Amino acid sequence: MNRQASGLRAWLLQRISAIVIFGGLSIFAIKLLFLPPQTLFEWRSWLAMPLVSVLLMLLVLGLLLHAWVGIRDVVIDYVSSLEYRVFVLACFAVFLVAMGLWCLQIVMSL
Amino acid sequence: MQADKRPVFLNLLQIRMPVTALMSILHRVTGVVLILLLPFFLYWLQRSVMSPDGFIQARSIFYDLPGQIVLFLLAWVLLHHLLAGLRYLLIDLDIGVERYVANCSAAAVMILAPVVALLAVLVL
Repeated sequence: MNRQASGLRAWLLQRISAIVIFGGLSIFAIKLLFLPPQTLFEWRSWLAMPLVSVLLMLLVLGLLLHAWVGIRDVVIDYVSSLEYRVFVLACFAVFLVAMGLWCLQIVMSL
Repeated sequence: MQADKRPVFLNLLQIRMPVTALMSILHRVTGVVLILLLPFFLYWLQRSVMSPDGFIQARSIFYDLPGQIVLFLLAWVLLHHLLAGLRYLLIDLDIGVERYVANCSAAAVMILAPVVALLAVLVL
């Protein structure tokens, strides 16, 4: 994970994931603001559409990668003790993976 | 990845803060806040798809005044991070790198974020 997220790769990953997030968020925002679902059935049906489900998962995946690169920078800047830094990074890594799996669970329950 | 002994000066209260610096540290802070908000977002998403009651509840969490204030703050946090991020993307593409333009765009982000957040809350 360290090699993958270092230097130029991390920089590029953060920019690309930012664009993915921006695109995905815009689509969901437009849907919720201008074509909001009126019933639970409408909402679940729309979310269950493969295109929408995949878009949601892409959005969350982008969010997790973007968040990881970001939070890693923050932790490296402010946590100087090596052992504690590894611990904090591990906590955030587990947290972000858990968020991704939770999103997957939500999508699979549709 | 050895923790080294070189001096580090990160006291935010003592470092001089031009508008670009303030905007930048807020970009970092809003980023961390947004990460911490992830579980809440997913919780309400799940709530909204699980039952008719959950669906109605999820639609109305921001209806009352405290909810509106929370929505404004959330929108402000998101918009600041987003607009500052866009500014950085443009700077990556060599747009707005000159000092005067950079100062203006940083100030613009600081002002636009709460203003657009307020507009969004009032309109919705």
